[in-house]
Amino acid sequence: MNRRVVVTGMGAVTPIGIGVRNFWSNLKDGVCGIGPITRFDASRVKSSLAGEVKNFDPLDWLEKAEVGKMDRSAQFAVAAASEAMQLSGVAGTFDPNRAAVYLGTGIGGFETNEANCFKLFDKGPRRVSPFFVPMMIANMPAGLLAIRYDFRGAALPAVTACASGSNAIGEAVRAIRHGYADVALTGGTEAPIVEVGVAGFNSMKALSTAEDPNAASLPFDARRAGFVIAEGAAVLVLEEYERAKNRGAKIYGEIVGYGSTCDAYHMTAPRPDADGAARAVSEALREAGWQAGESVYVNAHGTGTHLNDVAETRALKIAFGEEEARRLAISSTKSATGHMLGAAGAAEAIVCLKALAENVAPPTLNLLEPDPECDLDYIPSTKREAKFDLAISNSFGFGGHNACLAFRRIGG
Amino acid sequence: MDVFQMIATALADRYGLDASEITPDTELISIGVDSLDAAELLMALEEKIGVEIEPTKKLATIKDVVATVEAAQNESDSF
Repeated sequence: MNRRVVVTGMGAVTPIGIGVRNFWSNLKDGVCGIGPITRFDASRVKSSLAGEVKNFDPLDWLEKAEVGKMDRSAQFAVAAASEAMQLSGVAGTFDPNRAAVYLGTGIGGFETNEANCFKLFDKGPRRVSPFFVPMMIANMPAGLLAIRYDFRGAALPAVTACASGSNAIGEAVRAIRHGYADVALTGGTEAPIVEVGVAGFNSMKALSTAEDPNAASLPFDARRAGFVIAEGAAVLVLEEYERAKNRGAKIYGEIVGYGSTCDAYHMTAPRPDADGAARAVSEALREAGWQAGESVYVNAHGTGTHLNDVAETRALKIAFGEEEARRLAISSTKSATGHMLGAAGAAEAIVCLKALAENVAPPTLNLLEPDPECDLDYIPSTKREAKFDLAISNSFGFGGHNACLAFRRIGG
Repeated sequence: MDVFQMIATALADRYGLDASEITPDTELISIGVDSLDAAELLMALEEKIGVEIEPTKKLATIKDVVATVEAAQNESDSF
């Protein structure tokens, strides 16, 4: 069984706006969502900047009693899912037993974890919340969405670090494509801006320690010195194409390819030869029926770490061939949002769908000093209008996880 | 503040309820308080009154919670 899978709903909670409309218009306009850390007192850690979600009030989506029982990452997931479900109009049209949830998160309830460790140290084990475990575990956002929308098929997290969002979507696509589900809620969520998190990434030398928000997240720029940690969520409603068409749903695009590989090389460093990433891209392109000469938008993983951006450039050259790789329109929207870890791939899937729908690719902000080792077209500074045939989104995670999703418009 | 008032206030704060709607006979489940919520409530009350609270029977109504807290207070006073 090989069924087509389309997107009929989208929702986003990001550092540059809550709601897909705000997210996308700010992205096109070059708004940067990076600013000083306010989630905790950052005076003890090396990094002072993050991509925080501004003005998020969980009471806009949740009852008061629910708020205290959900980690911030789960609250984001509910907000994004709520928008996606509303947009899709899918509620009430499906058999709950044929509805699945695949929701990625790189870490899980990081704030909950840290807060309860502090309680343990300060006040002892009797003060560790009975909600500590359920709020912390990484599968809970998927479980909560299943409860909320009565999706009774598979409900699984993808926990592949920064590839989680893309892996979740890819696995949901496979579930529908091969007949295990008709409808899926899928995407990713993350709320990692906590002191222990920033301290840990700092100790890895993974984060930028820049103090200027416009010179911190610098994908493909020679000045890049690490990523900027960010938070958010993005959720898609996926449906089998015929059912979506028959119920008259608005279709935002088709997911036509998915590649999933592992470097099998190192805990955190990408393979220098980029073989794993290149195979993920190649697999997605093969499923998508890519042909040389097509106009392609690439939403790069583009974290702004030295190793990623060089390896990703290499992977694109291997997968597309040197000549076609030079024709690609590539951007890293992490230049605007920072790196939402397990939510990144899901938010970037929305970027790909919007780029295809509106014939415009958002820019890589603040790309002023090209790196000779990153020598492709990364759409510096301002958006570009072009009619794309295909869009792909790369996501690579610690653990060596590589995921690539491919998207097309419905009806050419 | 007596124990009942303390419990009603804590629940009202947490669940956005009107404290006056809570009576000793209110069933916990009827206001959305499950076993995890009850455990968390007792933890908050422990923090407030400074004695350990260990329920010895199932907590079905507000009255049960009041009795459990009062028992813990009495046990603590007897030392």
